[in-house]
Amino acid sequence: MNRKLVIGGGVVGAIVLMAILADVIAPHDPYRQQLILRLRPPFWAEGAHPAHLLGTDNFGRDLLSRLIHGSRLSVMVGIAAMLLAASIGTLLGLVAGWRGGRTEAVIMRLADAQLSIPEILLAILVVAAIGGSAVNLVLVLGLSGWMVHARVVYGLTRSLRERPFVEAAISQGATGGFIVLRHILPHLLPVLSVVATLQVAQMILQETALSFLGLGLPPPAATWGNILAEGRERLFVAPWIANLAGGCIVLLVWGVNILGNGLRETLDPRE
Amino acid sequence: MLRYILRRLALVPATLGLVLLVVFIVLRVTGDPVELFLEANSTPQEVALLRARLGLDDPLPLQFLRFIGNLAQGDFGLSLSHQAPALPIVLERLGATLQLVAAALTLALVLGIAGGLAAASARDRIADHLISGLAVLGQSMPSFWLGLLLIQGVALELGWLPTSGSGTPAHLVLPALTLAAFLLPNFILVTRTAVLEAKREPFATTARAKGLGPLRVLLRHVLPNALNPIISVLGLQVGHLIAGSIVTETIFAWPGVGRLMIGSIYQRDVPIVAAAVVVVSLVIMLTNLLVDVVQAMLDPRVRV
Repeated sequence: MNRKLVIGGGVVGAIVLMAILADVIAPHDPYRQQLILRLRPPFWAEGAHPAHLLGTDNFGRDLLSRLIHGSRLSVMVGIAAMLLAASIGTLLGLVAGWRGGRTEAVIMRLADAQLSIPEILLAILVVAAIGGSAVNLVLVLGLSGWMVHARVVYGLTRSLRERPFVEAAISQGATGGFIVLRHILPHLLPVLSVVATLQVAQMILQETALSFLGLGLPPPAATWGNILAEGRERLFVAPWIANLAGGCIVLLVWGVNILGNGLRETLDPRE
Repeated sequence: MLRYILRRLALVPATLGLVLLVVFIVLRVTGDPVELFLEANSTPQEVALLRARLGLDDPLPLQFLRFIGNLAQGDFGLSLSHQAPALPIVLERLGATLQLVAAALTLALVLGIAGGLAAASARDRIADHLISGLAVLGQSMPSFWLGLLLIQGVALELGWLPTSGSGTPAHLVLPALTLAAFLLPNFILVTRTAVLEAKREPFATTARAKGLGPLRVLLRHVLPNALNPIISVLGLQVGHLIAGSIVTETIFAWPGVGRLMIGSIYQRDVPIVAAAVVVVSLVIMLTNLLVDVVQAMLDPRVRV
């Protein structure tokens, strides 16, 4: 068993479990304000409150509980946006690679055009206009991330199309759709799973960046990006707020990256 | 060569069209700037007058055509909050953004190539694992937290540099470092792979067989042949670097286009946001084109 798979999978699995069980694990209500207990430091610092392990924020809300609940948006948006991007990209890549000709030209030029503009630029614009609900974040990030999948799928489909087993299927009278689904798609899954996993890391970074800029879920929603942005306002008095949220983001994204690298070493025949 | 450049140039209108369409749809269809622009107790007549003045009553396709026509003449409309033409306001900020991006790019290239060379030379030894491991960690680091960490450590604890703002060269250091860290991991990992591959080529063996020292082989024979993938990554990532400066400028109160854009979004200052997105996109497209041309000049294999 690949070591990176175990470590990355363990970290990601633990955080996903935390997101699912947030209501059960969190010691306090993440939205309950106790102004008398505001800006208490974490347990290792002087002046910590025993009931609030990681301290409290500017409104006296329990930071540990907020961080636990904050994992939800990042995990959910990261995975859902990737699934949307992968579905669109795989479909368009398959069509372009199988049909060729003008279809291919249109789809791949569109991918080139969209690829040359960074997703985050248009994401900022769109989210600023339509608001940062979870659904909007998934839509915006998903629609702006399909090109990677399309390029990978397109390249592989084109080379698979020339292989003898596809020729054999054609000579037996199989239709294009059947061949693409039954003979080509299964060959793509190993490479696609690597691309998809690594993309989740990118999606999470973009979601937290949008939240940090104030374009995600509006406050008081407990998301890692929001907590970091609130911590920035109190950086000089209560640096632990921003730093704990930042640490959570790094841990999750690092776990996903390591998991993706492990998958690549295990699955990708090119490695 | 000329054909190659023309082919890359042909991509620009498509990309620009895509950007303009998104900008137009987003800003004209979903938001009504009039409501935020006028005071709450304005009369319906005042609202109607302003809508007519801004051309918000016309059919959307007509508005889109007029939008493009105006842009072509450099007219992005009046900024609602500044009461002045939007484009000059954005262009005025462009210098600061380009300065930041150029500093970050230089830092990332120098440190990235050095780190990649070091990792490749120490392949599978501790230094390699350390550098590659740090690179993956760096890829997982959101720049907005790294910026805050640098502010806490270098500016507050050590007191070496200002926490934010602009004006002196010292103000540029932390933002440039933060932005450079965004690209650095990619440069390190790509350089490492490219150098390892070039090292296996026959010309490297020949150079070693001639009795050249390891450093000379690495810098004169291996590195030039490893540059191509590095420039490719540069081309792919330079856009992300420019977009990444939006976040960095916000953290360090750097007076560039990014900070202007975020501030204008909060004020719903449509013309400024539109002008900023279009200007930034144009800069990215031109940079991409430049990288393509440089790459084609350096490596004839690209031109076909």
